[in-house]
Amino acid sequence: MFSDYSLTELGSIFVMQGFAGLILFSVFLLMALGLAIIFGQMGVINMAHGEFMILGAYVTYFTSQFFLNYLPSLFGIYFFIAMILAFIASGALGMAVEWLMIRHLYKRPLDTLLATWGLSLILQQVYRSVFGPREVGVELPGWMMGSLNLTDAIEVQINGLFVMGLTIAITIAVALLMYRSSWGKQVRAVVQNRTMAGAVGINTERVDRLTFGLGCGIAGVAGSAFTMIGSTGPTAGQLYIVDTFLVVVFGGAQSLIGTIASAFTISQAQSTMEFFLSGSMAKVLTLLGVIIILMLRPQGLFVIKVRR
Amino acid sequence: MSAHVISDQMNPDFALAVEGLTVSFDGFKAVDDLSFYVDQNEIRVIIGPNGAGKTTVLDLICGRTRATFGSIRFKGRELTRLKEHDIVLAGVGRKFQTPSIYDDLTVFENLEISYPKGRNVLGALTFRRDAAVRERVEEVASTIFLADRLNERAEYLSHGQKQWLEIGMLLIQDPELLMLDEPVAGMSVSERKKTAELLHTIIRDRSVIVIEHDMKFVEDIAHKVTVLHQGKILSEGPMAKVQADPKVIEVYLGH
Amino acid sequence: MTHIGRSFFLARKDVVGIVVLAILLVVVLPLTLDSFRLQFVGKYLTYAFVALGLVLCWGYAGILSLGQGVFFGLGGYCMAMYLKLEASSVENTKIQSTPGIPDFMDWNQITELPFFWKPFHSFPLTLVAIVAVPALFAFIIGFAMFKRRVGGVYFAIITQAIAAVLTILIVGQQGYTGGINGITDLRTLHGWDIRTDAAKTVLYFVCVALLFACILLAYYVKSSKLGRILVAMRDKEDRVRFSGYDVANFKVFVFCLAAALSAIGGAMFTLQVGFMSPSFVGIVPSIEMVIYCAVGGRLSILGAVYGTLLVNWAKTSFSESFPELWLLGLGGLFIAVVLAFPNGLAGIWQTYVAPRLGFLSGTKPTDPGAAPVAAE
Ligand SMILES: Nc1ncnc2c1ncn2[C@@H]1O[C@H](COP(=O)(O)OP(=O)(O)OP(=O)(O)O)[C@@H](O)[C@H]1O
Ligand SMILES: [Mg+2]
Repeated sequence: MFSDYSLTELGSIFVMQGFAGLILFSVFLLMALGLAIIFGQMGVINMAHGEFMILGAYVTYFTSQFFLNYLPSLFGIYFFIAMILAFIASGALGMAVEWLMIRHLYKRPLDTLLATWGLSLILQQVYRSVFGPREVGVELPGWMMGSLNLTDAIEVQINGLFVMGLTIAITIAVALLMYRSSWGKQVRAVVQNRTMAGAVGINTERVDRLTFGLGCGIAGVAGSAFTMIGSTGPTAGQLYIVDTFLVVVFGGAQSLIGTIASAFTISQAQSTMEFFLSGSMAKVLTLLGVIIILMLRPQGLFVIKVRR
Repeated sequence: MSAHVISDQMNPDFALAVEGLTVSFDGFKAVDDLSFYVDQNEIRVIIGPNGAGKTTVLDLICGRTRATFGSIRFKGRELTRLKEHDIVLAGVGRKFQTPSIYDDLTVFENLEISYPKGRNVLGALTFRRDAAVRERVEEVASTIFLADRLNERAEYLSHGQKQWLEIGMLLIQDPELLMLDEPVAGMSVSERKKTAELLHTIIRDRSVIVIEHDMKFVEDIAHKVTVLHQGKILSEGPMAKVQADPKVIEVYLGH
Repeated sequence: MTHIGRSFFLARKDVVGIVVLAILLVVVLPLTLDSFRLQFVGKYLTYAFVALGLVLCWGYAGILSLGQGVFFGLGGYCMAMYLKLEASSVENTKIQSTPGIPDFMDWNQITELPFFWKPFHSFPLTLVAIVAVPALFAFIIGFAMFKRRVGGVYFAIITQAIAAVLTILIVGQQGYTGGINGITDLRTLHGWDIRTDAAKTVLYFVCVALLFACILLAYYVKSSKLGRILVAMRDKEDRVRFSGYDVANFKVFVFCLAAALSAIGGAMFTLQVGFMSPSFVGIVPSIEMVIYCAVGGRLSILGAVYGTLLVNWAKTSFSESFPELWLLGLGGLFIAVVLAFPNGLAGIWQTYVAPRLGFLSGTKPTDPGAAPVAAE
């Protein structure tokens, strides 16, 4: 199959597909970050994660509409405000859900999975009834449109670059929060030994709620970022949930580096194969590869040896 | 003195020979170059402060944790590479530190599962609860003072009774090496006495390794005592000798 | 002593329950429903096979598979392939550029029957394949994962991913699988037209008979020592292992059994409904099948049947009149059954209804493993 292309063409293809892969990487990583916190730190499977993300996307859409109609002069910066609002909205919903539902189920992880699936169905229907079944797209501010030409054959979209930059910034923020802040220490203390953490005066219930809220809030920000590269519909969240779980599990659930590495591997594999095979076969092969590797190495790529 | 030299002069009658056993968890050696031997029909008690590695030693013997180095031979058979259930079939039975029984099943069913028959899928599907099974279960149940509670869900037993039930589950297996991790922990005084009685009756014709903190209890049952500290043997021998050992006194009273 | 009183593998209340269900399915429903509605019940009952498998696999053994649709689909596709080949005789397909192969292959420029379709010319081989293919597939998945001690949520997620992969594959490989539309336009079984009302009524009764065979099988497994080992494993896996059992083998067995049961359901679905498509394979149908089991009560064999019937009946009647409400209702059902009624209908029955009907509970409720799942 390679013989149809010249060497420089092949080079450009790899660069362009690599770039497409990097955007996919950003998407996976943004979604996986929130999940990695919730699943990796709390052991909770949140099947409604995609819907928290979509909430962020809708918030962004409405913010853009608001600026377009009432504050057109500030339209260039609406996105940053939207991102903050998205974080707040998804985070608040997450905390409410934790309080109403998740906290009763910490000892029954499989049941959490079913309950959050139910939640995702409800949220989808709510989005459909409230926001309509149509997909909506935001209008990009002027500076985000267009593309950069690196060579004749290679060009990259600015909005894509922006999302990548954003992903890096959010990842660093999460890393600092989890590994440098005192709050991150509390979270990890609760994860490692709940009773002990409680005994030394950490309010474990509050930590749980905030952790869950934070994971959902990050999902909201991810959704916000998505609007820069795609449109939003009531069921868009479900499209990615399986991939994202595989990213998290493949990376070894509890390590941030693992999540990043696995999001990178999976997205690059998929987007490179996509060029040579049909999209669906590329996806099948990627997922199958991940599943088989997980069967052989269930602990994932990076793992901390823990007492069984 | 390397482990190798010892094994050359090893008494072939040892039931269990542990040599050079080491396990490290991310660089932390929970058990460090440990060697000890248990005779046929010997009762060995392992004592040591919290975190000394006692439970880990049992985990290693029964295959729950894999050794980094070293060998464990049981009646001349190497155990370190066997699967857990094969180690059981070789004749090793183990009681866990916290009572590990099946809450959702009755006492009878708990005991029956340990009955050494029908242990593969097909065998379990065609297993019949015949007179021999019933007799054996009832016999063990009366040994462990639970004869009148056979049809009760195990969940409703007291803590001490759960410990007995787990001991009973081992008895029904009839292992040649019985390993008990803190069998009297959390028991009342009268339960302790009964348990000591129980242990005296069940240890006949087999080797036993017991982990225990209760010194009176240890004195009561041990043939030989091994003191572990930070994964290494601090002292070994009859109770009187161990108790007089200054190193032991320091570890126990030093903090 | 209850364990002596039970010589056969069914307790008295089980027999009563089975008889009541039999009267309902064999007498009451066929007499009261028109043939159109009865066909719906027949279709629902095919899902009950899946729910039955889930009771053993999830309820008893604690293994939650979110990929049961895969096995339902594989069974259904095996049956569909046989029926499709029968419908694609050279005579029937002479207008195609390659007569004698299924129409969708012809549309996709395939000129020869793919090798894996060939065995489905034979009915006995098809019958074997319906059970063997899904069971083998389950064996491979189960063996790989349980031997490495993968369980719990990891198993759930991976089985879900497998369901996703298989759906994408079936949809993507149109020429070999019929793509998103599935395998349609099935007509006859051995020359017997399965599309007529009379045929559908016969198939309904075949389905009911098979279901009862599977129910009895499930009861046998549950009451055998294997059933108690599954419960013990769910509770204290290590204790079972250190009592000399190779735990993984038992898990593999129950997973394969659940797969085989689902596959039988899938095959009956194809026969009764007349087509099979990837929409019964993927993530969404697979997890919905879990809710049928959960609503009935994850520990109750008969509950699985009632739960399936009830949820599907609700689905049909709601989505006819208020499609928006249905999704909300289904979502609410997932949450409610987990938070408030973890033992489903069977739990409600046991705590509220059965005590008032003393004659049904002849024995004490010492159902092994039927430990109520605590609400919190
Ligand atoms: N799988 C494991 N991973 C990491 N550390 C472990 C593991 N197993 C045991 N350890 C560590 O090894 C040390 C010995 O533990 P072990 O449970 O054997 O002690 P013990 O002597 O039984 O203590 P206790 O009297 O409290 O029961 C402890 O510091 C423990 O944290
Ligand atoms: Mg210990």
